[in-house]
Amino acid sequence: MLTLERVHAGYGATTILHEVSLAVGTGEVVTIIGANGAGKTTTLRTIAGLVRPTAGSITFEGQDVTGLTGHQMVDRGVTLIPEGRQLFPEMTVRENLLMGAYRRAARERQGETLDEVLALFPRVRERLDQNAGSLSGGEQQMVAIARGMMARPKLLMFDEPSLGLAPIVVAQVFEVVDRIVKTGATVLIVEQNVFHTLKVADRGYVLENGEIVLTDAAAALLDNDHVRRAYLGI
Amino acid sequence: MDVFLQVLANGIMLGGLFAIVSVGLTLIFGIVKVVNFAHGEFLMIGMYLTYLAVTGLGMHPFAALILVVPVLFLMGALTQRLLIQPLLAAGDHHIQIFATVGLSTALINLALLVFGADIANTPPHGLRMPVEIGPVRVLVGQVVILGVAAALVGALQLFLARTRTGRAIRAVAQNRAAAELMGIDVDRLYALTFGIGAACVGTAAVLIAPLYPTSPNSGTYFVLIAFVVVVLGGLGSIRGAFAGAILIGLIDSFTGFYVSSDMREVAVFGVFLAILILRPSGLFGRQLRQSHVSP
Ligand SMILES: Nc1ncnc2c1ncn2[C@@H]1O[C@H](COP(=O)(O)OP(=O)(O)OP(=O)(O)O)[C@@H](O)[C@H]1O
Ligand SMILES: [Mg+2]
Repeated sequence: MLTLERVHAGYGATTILHEVSLAVGTGEVVTIIGANGAGKTTTLRTIAGLVRPTAGSITFEGQDVTGLTGHQMVDRGVTLIPEGRQLFPEMTVRENLLMGAYRRAARERQGETLDEVLALFPRVRERLDQNAGSLSGGEQQMVAIARGMMARPKLLMFDEPSLGLAPIVVAQVFEVVDRIVKTGATVLIVEQNVFHTLKVADRGYVLENGEIVLTDAAAALLDNDHVRRAYLGI
Repeated sequence: MDVFLQVLANGIMLGGLFAIVSVGLTLIFGIVKVVNFAHGEFLMIGMYLTYLAVTGLGMHPFAALILVVPVLFLMGALTQRLLIQPLLAAGDHHIQIFATVGLSTALINLALLVFGADIANTPPHGLRMPVEIGPVRVLVGQVVILGVAAALVGALQLFLARTRTGRAIRAVAQNRAAAELMGIDVDRLYALTFGIGAACVGTAAVLIAPLYPTSPNSGTYFVLIAFVVVVLGGLGSIRGAFAGAILIGLIDSFTGFYVSSDMREVAVFGVFLAILILRPSGLFGRQLRQSHVSP
């Protein structure tokens, strides 16, 4: 479904990603593992069209999408649930969700999608008319995920969904991610809780200093010495 | 008592004038986060266009709206697209100040070149006639300005609160990065917002031209007050700007009558400085928050 080939990308004159090649197949759950500053967020933002690749190519569903803008990528069916939740704080939860279905294709089905999404997030339903800024961190993360699903994406990308949350809430977030995965969604996920993510994922890539240094089936990465030492702390 | 009421009425009318000039500036600042120093020159150009439409084409001043508003909308949208956006893309958020100041100067000189330094008086078509409302007398044109200012504020609020595009505009103001992730074409909305802000000041120009003389420097006076109003109202708050405008109008009017007309600006800017120091978020702003616009 998604292929990156030897992609270089960065900010201004600084190149962060070097020759990143990766692929996500339809229905697959893929994770990117890496230390702080390795370039995981940059990779996701590049796929989402927010950072322009300086070299290499990106294909999505067989079409070249290199250099498309953020809204063009949303139209193609790529949605990123960003690091740090990034809600619209002065808008109600309902308005936030509706913003998720901003593009035309999603908007035409927004009533139906809203029902589906709220079925998955009963807590969010209770908060529909509250300002998003007034929610707890965990609730905000749920809204951020729900908002991402409102776009009816073909590829859903998560960036650190459990970041900064209390352990109980982290468990709830993982539960939601697991449920989304079980619906057969195609997912690309970056998550600091590498152990949990590798158990959910089909495959993984290890990113170090902006380069992919290792890729394998998730189960194999769980057994990989380097991964165990560097990212699982075992 | 009647004198007091008259001074009060004058203050409110003046406030309506300040409000209609400020609304667009507030909108642009609140959403695009650009302080448009050329706002006054947009007003001045709108006034000249009104003058031309009334004297050259024999239109009623209000009919000039159909000409002036679209032209100003385009001017605003193009300013954003061709001037501000490339600067923002270059990553320098301070240089936009110089850019709009430069635009302001350029427009003044352009007006000097085209119209000369002489004053242009737009035929008032009855708008300078007084009307008696109870014990006070005001001008027809002033009442119109106040009414249109209030209607404009109401319409903008409804637009921002209820429409899909309005919601998207607020989203961009609150969190630009997230708005991009939603698939919002941020550059397009910025241009649209700048255009709407300029169209608002175009509306103001049409209503002001029959009451005040037009010259290349017409914008300068009004826009200075507009900046005061915008800060006073809480940066980016449209309702706040309206309330702030009325307040400034009242201060101006009461000081002018009861103290001395030379003291009016001293009082206005004195209050402005006091509020900047005591309540930097403005009288009606909720907290010191620069990343949002409230409807
Ligand atoms: N907007 C930006 N402008 C300039 N440099 C940036 C920007 N965002 C990130 N960087 C730099 O790019 C590099 C990679 O950052 P990135 O956020 O992609 O890493 P990450 O793997 O997601 O890290 P983390 O685990 O901390 O989220 C870092 O060195 C960072 O300082
Ligand atoms: Mg990151």
